[in-house]
Amino acid sequence: MKLSGFLLLLSGWAIVAAALKLLHGHMVAPFIYAGLAVEILGLVLVFRGHLPGAVK
Amino acid sequence: MDFLAQHFAFGVCLLFLVLVPFSIAGLALMNAGLGRSRSAAHAMTTALCVIATAMLTYFAFGSAVQGGHEPRFWNGWSNPVPSQDFFFHGVPWDWPAALQIILLLLGVSLASLVPLGAVSDRLRFGSACASTVLFAGLIDPLFLRAISRLGAFEDAGGSGFIQAVAGLTALSIVWLLGPRQGKYLASGMPAAIPAHNQVFVLFGCLLSWIGWLGLNSAGAMIRAGGRLEQSILVVVNTSFAAAAAALTAAVTTRIRFRRPDASLVGNGWMAGLVASSAGCATLKPATAIITGIVAGVLVVLSVEWFELHLQIDDPCGSVSVHAVCGIWGLLAAGIFSGSAERLTAQVVAVATLLGFVFPLAYGLNWLLNRLIPYRVSPDGERQGLDLHELGADAYPEFVVHSDEFLQR
Repeated sequence: MKLSGFLLLLSGWAIVAAALKLLHGHMVAPFIYAGLAVEILGLVLVFRGHLPGAVK
Repeated sequence: MDFLAQHFAFGVCLLFLVLVPFSIAGLALMNAGLGRSRSAAHAMTTALCVIATAMLTYFAFGSAVQGGHEPRFWNGWSNPVPSQDFFFHGVPWDWPAALQIILLLLGVSLASLVPLGAVSDRLRFGSACASTVLFAGLIDPLFLRAISRLGAFEDAGGSGFIQAVAGLTALSIVWLLGPRQGKYLASGMPAAIPAHNQVFVLFGCLLSWIGWLGLNSAGAMIRAGGRLEQSILVVVNTSFAAAAAALTAAVTTRIRFRRPDASLVGNGWMAGLVASSAGCATLKPATAIITGIVAGVLVVLSVEWFELHLQIDDPCGSVSVHAVCGIWGLLAAGIFSGSAERLTAQVVAVATLLGFVFPLAYGLNWLLNRLIPYRVSPDGERQGLDLHELGADAYPEFVVHSDEFLQR
């Protein structure tokens, strides 16, 4: 679960970085917020993965 | 006349920077006070050595890693090979480049103390210094490098590049180390391990206030391009945010626990300072107060949430104060600016913190922990780090309390 969470964190940042690099104008912001949403999902998984008794 | 005005501003900015070590001293006092008495000397000694390690590491290669000046690739991305030489070679020692270097040097030193508060009473001295090399040489400089291309981004006093980076690194190390012995019962309920000296903690808050006034004022001039007159607004915003956050934390703890909690009020004060840093140059006094109020509520709720529900043993509340409220400070600077472009830039910085800095800090510290175990031995923890690592207590003539507050 920890690893999946960290992968989601990195994926979210990749979405943000790609949006900044590849998109222009009004299209950028939605992808940045989408990337942040993916990161928040990853953060939840990382937190859950660190709870005692969490599935490894 | 312009020449005189410029040099006067240079001198005043240098004076602001000279105040920053007060915030470092305040944070070190807070870390020592919130830990146990049997590890107090260790906490202060480690703080001194960690500051020294951070400064020298940033000097040796942190600044070079941060780089980001010239040359750039055809697509605008800066060259990953350090463009600035190591050991500050090639740094122009004039205004404003030299002041920027001093601000970052002091900022990295301040940030390097944050993880110590989260892992007090169980982190080995040598491991703390080794982990600081990673922090000051790679983690913080790489974040600064990543955000250097965000045009509308604003973080004058370092809510992001000082506080949030350090808070997330602290969270990584706390997870790698685990809680202190006896902190959690078999049922998962936490035991209260009280701070050994609340006077240190609260005096540390006041010292930090002085330091933060200097940090934010200098940051506003150096990083946000503010004029000298703007420092008045920065001082007002910083103080108002801290005041609002401390009072809100007192009220929140009064409502939740029936009486104000001294260490959480101190944490509230610090949370206000941390949250004010990003937008200190552009917030209005009223929005600075709102920023502080939100920080005061956030810090109390997140300390409780981390300790009770996520079983994160963070004796100083470093993750809540520096990571949570640092991120809030970045967002507040965007929300209250009224500019969609700035808000987006602030969100990108938060995304970089969560998606790049946090995994990087966790991964690097995980690797280092494999090479040099971070955690002190169970016997050493029981004995106290003062005796175990330094061979002498901080308070040799006092009766040191045993673990009577822990259930056996």
